[in-house]
Amino acid sequence: MLQERPLPTFSPAAVQLSREEGLALYEDMVLGRIFEDKCAEMYYRGKMFGFVHLYNGQEAVASGVIRGALRPGVDYVCSTYRDHVHALSAGVPAREVMAELFGKATGCSKGRGGSMHMFSAKHRLLGGYAFVAEGIPVAAGAAFQTKYRREVLGDTTADEVTACFFGDGACNNGQFFETLNMAALWKLPILFVVENNKWAIGMAHERATSDPHIYKKASVFNMVGVEVDGMDVLAVREVAQTAVARARAGEGPTLIEALTYRFRGHSLADPDELRSKEEKEFWLSRDPIKRLGSYLLEQDLATNQDLKTIDQKIKQVVEDAVTFAEQSPEPDPRELRRYIFAED
Amino acid sequence: MAETVFFNALRAAIDEEMARDATVFVLGEDVGHYGGSYKVTKNLYQKYGELRVLDTPIAENSFTGMAIGAAMTGLRPIIEGMNMGFLLLAFNQIANNAGMLRYTSGGNFQIPLVIRGPGGVGRQLGAEHSQRLEAYFQAVPGLKIVACSTPYNAKGLLKSAIRDNNPVLFFEHVLLYNLKEDLPEEEYLLPLDKAELVQTGKDVTILTYSRMRHHVLQALPELRQRGIQPEIIDLISLRPLDWDTISASVRKTHRVMIVEECMKTGGIGAEVTAGIMERLFDELDAPVVRLSSQDIPTPYNGTLERLTVVQPEQIVSTVADLVAKKI
Repeated sequence: MLQERPLPTFSPAAVQLSREEGLALYEDMVLGRIFEDKCAEMYYRGKMFGFVHLYNGQEAVASGVIRGALRPGVDYVCSTYRDHVHALSAGVPAREVMAELFGKATGCSKGRGGSMHMFSAKHRLLGGYAFVAEGIPVAAGAAFQTKYRREVLGDTTADEVTACFFGDGACNNGQFFETLNMAALWKLPILFVVENNKWAIGMAHERATSDPHIYKKASVFNMVGVEVDGMDVLAVREVAQTAVARARAGEGPTLIEALTYRFRGHSLADPDELRSKEEKEFWLSRDPIKRLGSYLLEQDLATNQDLKTIDQKIKQVVEDAVTFAEQSPEPDPRELRRYIFAED
Repeated sequence: MAETVFFNALRAAIDEEMARDATVFVLGEDVGHYGGSYKVTKNLYQKYGELRVLDTPIAENSFTGMAIGAAMTGLRPIIEGMNMGFLLLAFNQIANNAGMLRYTSGGNFQIPLVIRGPGGVGRQLGAEHSQRLEAYFQAVPGLKIVACSTPYNAKGLLKSAIRDNNPVLFFEHVLLYNLKEDLPEEEYLLPLDKAELVQTGKDVTILTYSRMRHHVLQALPELRQRGIQPEIIDLISLRPLDWDTISASVRKTHRVMIVEECMKTGGIGAEVTAGIMERLFDELDAPVVRLSSQDIPTPYNGTLERLTVVQPEQIVSTVADLVAKKI
């Protein structure tokens, strides 16, 4: 039998969740799931190219942190190569993310970035960073900027928090340790959110790190580290809210290790032959969207019809995004050299 | 301002820009309490506080990335590389994020960032502390690369670099920090993209930058004695190159010699030579000549070190050969 790390317990009984909040989280997660399924379809139909990394299974982390604890469009979000759904949760319209995947001029990065480089200054999405761990210090820079505006420029409205997402593989890289040290040293308003999905492509987490409990690594920086069931959006939301409150109070960063799983291969180019059937089935049975749906029904916060209506609505949103992307113009070849310098 | 030492000209540029714009801040190793390894930021932390003159842990790649994030969100960081060679440890952040991110993001973000510090071959500092990273970084799109060479241009160029909305790699030379020069009392800025015509002449164009400008100037009296009038151009902007100034001179002299401190392979001179071939081939009366450092790690031994770098006597003999049509 598969040995899985025991998941931290979380009692939903204590959760304060309104119907509107519950449905918004559900909708955000469904958007992430249906969007990514559509990406797979479009990739296999030859509509998008390159390395495309899907987020299926991990939705509770993006939704729980960004929708559950941050103010999208005000607080900063920093992502990795697996960035479509962080962009969506941060408020980047599905049309712009899909158009970017199609390489179109209307994409959020004007067709210059692609799957691994989603950016939106307007939505305070600092970007998708394609090399593992390189986004971590950049995110700390945004957090430093908030502290600087408050303490040096005297801007009392400067209270943004930065959420920096990365995977278990990044936690063995120097930039992880270097940045955690600086963030704790200077009490930066930042959440380091590790999405521990157990696998760095084909490298099992236990084979890559001396202590697989990533959250414990915070302690050596005098930082709070917490582990959370990353398949439970309400649990993620709870720890993120606590961390955000700590950051806004000037008490510094938090390392959140969300135990989660990707339901697909590393990328659409990965045949996913290494992970065992038992492991996949175990985690598929813990689908975070089904879990929240059941919770909302049990608590009488929603009806089956409510959830179906959301599913239908999101399918329309994603279909509309595909139509928009297909009908959008290609970037103008005369603008090949545009955006190299600030004046362009 | 009266006579000013090179490192104080840099300090004055930073001080003036920090006073002018509260979003400008300095970060790096020992820039604060210690005042910078070469005293370029001496006492600035007392004036501006510890957040504006931020002492960082020794974590080049990550504090560079942090500066990039701060620049993307509205601040104007100046990174001091205690020694520019250390920035090899930050190559990823400089290339992927400082250089390419604006383009990759489709113009979503701009990165007003200066990365400055001493580079070049010093006095027996050993290979790692004697690097010329400008050659390594010149292929990264999105970076501006500037090399200053006098107290006057150091101050005016650094002020412009701080005000520029792009990432600027700003190279100083460890052996020029004690040069002195009378600087203007009034504020001045110098353009980042213009070469400096150091000496007008007619027989040959010498293209150089950083400390090698001074080696060329040391060779000048001997060249004059031999009746040779070289035109000397300090490139200043290593990327983009100032082709207007370079071209005007080549059209006048028809002969080109490049004197540089970087290694020959893949060096700044290699790129300049290729550009001259593409643009000005018909103007040339002789092949372009490059005097570069040897393609070796800089040796510690003083004699070997001297042999590694171009010396004034080599400049004299090579120019003489070039003008005498022996090349």
